[in-house]
Amino acid sequence: MSGGMANAKHDFRSAAAEALADRSLQKALHNVKRGFVSKREAAKAKLPEFDTLREEARAIKDHTLSHLDLYLEAYERKVTECGGQVHYAPGAADARAVVLRLCEEVNAKLVTKGKSMVSEEIGLNEHLKAAKIEVVETDLGEYIVQLRGERPSHIIAPVIHLNRESIELEFRRKHERLKRDRRLDQAQYLVAEARALLREKFLAADVGITGANLLIAETGSSVIVTNEGNGDLTETLPRMHIVIASIEKIVPTLEDASTILRLLARSATGQEITTYTTFATGPRRDTDPDGPTQYHVVLLDNGRSEMLSNEFADMLRCIRCGACLNHCPVYGAIGGHAYGSIYPGPMGAVLTPQLAGIDRARDLPLASSLCGRCEEVCPMDIPLPDMMRAWRERDFARGNPPRAERRLLKLWAYAAKRPRLYHALAGLFARYLVRRAGARGRLSRLPLMQAWMSLRDLPAPEGKTFHQLHSRMKAKDRP
Amino acid sequence: MSTDDARTAVLGRVRAALGVASLDRARKAAVARRLERHPRGTLPARAKQGRAECIALLSEMLTAQGADVRRVLTRKDAVAAIASYLGTCNLPPRIRLGKDGQLAALPWRDAWDIERSIGPARPDDQAAVSRAVVAAAETGTLFLVSGADNPTTLNFLPEAHAILIETADIVGSYEEAWDRLRGMYGAGRLPRTVNLISGPSRTADIEQTIVRGAHGPRRLLVLMLG
Repeated sequence: MSGGMANAKHDFRSAAAEALADRSLQKALHNVKRGFVSKREAAKAKLPEFDTLREEARAIKDHTLSHLDLYLEAYERKVTECGGQVHYAPGAADARAVVLRLCEEVNAKLVTKGKSMVSEEIGLNEHLKAAKIEVVETDLGEYIVQLRGERPSHIIAPVIHLNRESIELEFRRKHERLKRDRRLDQAQYLVAEARALLREKFLAADVGITGANLLIAETGSSVIVTNEGNGDLTETLPRMHIVIASIEKIVPTLEDASTILRLLARSATGQEITTYTTFATGPRRDTDPDGPTQYHVVLLDNGRSEMLSNEFADMLRCIRCGACLNHCPVYGAIGGHAYGSIYPGPMGAVLTPQLAGIDRARDLPLASSLCGRCEEVCPMDIPLPDMMRAWRERDFARGNPPRAERRLLKLWAYAAKRPRLYHALAGLFARYLVRRAGARGRLSRLPLMQAWMSLRDLPAPEGKTFHQLHSRMKAKDRP
Repeated sequence: MSTDDARTAVLGRVRAALGVASLDRARKAAVARRLERHPRGTLPARAKQGRAECIALLSEMLTAQGADVRRVLTRKDAVAAIASYLGTCNLPPRIRLGKDGQLAALPWRDAWDIERSIGPARPDDQAAVSRAVVAAAETGTLFLVSGADNPTTLNFLPEAHAILIETADIVGSYEEAWDRLRGMYGAGRLPRTVNLISGPSRTADIEQTIVRGAHGPRRLLVLMLG
């Protein structure tokens, strides 16, 4: 697997430990809680129909996915009817090849890009660059990660891991031809500088590549949502527009799209709607004075069709709003890069093992306390904790966990299936802990738990187990 | 892999995973029915108000999202509002606009010093004027359609953008707006681009600080006419 998916060498555990020790990252991650979480809460409160729409959106996607072959065909017919072309890509390499061929057909030297996670997934930029085509990301956040040679750390806020100071530093380093003493001490100056530089690129680009938040079968349209307007300049100015989207982005009608759009921005940034929501349908028409003369859609499968029939099918409802990342205590503590995949957080912990293989991503579904906040805030009602658990089971069945871990789990399972034995052992263990804690009433060291105990003390138990206390209370209640 | 092979492969995998055959009539009928009838989901209560409330809501939402909104009762007032907006923005009295009949019918001679050019945006254009064909009050969203009347580039290249919406074209929900477009273009058809615009361009990528004028217009004037 190439591109942005987990690579074999990535070590989640050490990356997470580094992230926790990275002060500037920790400062930057604070913005997630300050911004996204409270804004989403406020936006949801202002729309009393939110939960009803959530149920309806779920039903729309479930219906579409169970008829996906037919909706894909209907969509394709519409795109063709409007003068566009649909290209199916079974895997990442197929998609890269199609995009490169299309670029070469118009002799493209410069390609501008709107934000697209699917293009990150397939490693599109590297592929085009290797063919001597200049690729410029135009979403401000994506532009900054591209300058830094990084990957986005959040699916809707690519530079959430950075503070303004690091961005200023990067601009001064990379924008060499600009005056040294210019002001860049506020976000607005950085934005203005990127705007001016990217204008030149927009106007000179031969091909514009965007993703799609939705594809509409009824009209053959691709939909993008942005606040900056970069996606629109990308798909309006060059002579060719290429949309790259995965097959599960299809919805039947404009009405279905409307229901989902009501949930998307509110769940993502807490906006009522993004500034721009654009429906693009085919190339320039006969009387149009502007717009691209060629319109292509690359439909990527890359593992999605397999998910239709396995225990991760619900994940195909995902609309990439990022709410599960924003509300995840693990993501909030370590940020996106530690996951080693361009899909981080709970949605990534489910998706990455499917795309890259569980052997390469086995730590990701483990990186969760299964607290359930992700499922609670998911606008598409995706049971993320259940699916992380399903990956753990698969991982166990494949014999991936280390032997010590497997033995312990088996031992625990043995006891858990025998209530009397379990209660007896629990009672013994509780008494052992009380004795060990002594008069302090706290434990600061325990065998086999050095790492966990190095950061915290454990209060000693009361001396009785829950079951013992419970039966005693029941006995008391009896008349 | 050839184009046809790739298509067969993807559709084949999807059908295999779903355990269906391509000729299943009941499934085909269900899909055709949904596409033809395009049933509505739940509309927010706020989108189901009377015209006066919708006009007020559109204005309120757009203002909250950073647009400057003016209610103008006459065409004369619309022209005056555009002229004074250019002044407020410190922009020269030059605008670009398309061939929209309603815009052409504005009494431009009242603002004799405004220089008008017709056509798609050019890189150095600083101000543009467009007309929205319909607006959905629920989120303060204007619907602009591509074509010679209102070229899409006008919506994004200039620094300042003025959009005219006639109050008769203000509806409550997105769904009502789509029905308007179906009336204009036919069922299942859309113009090349439909831009839903709900404020000026912005970004919050840097430390979640909102900055206006990321790539599109820094300033958006919305004129509600009538």
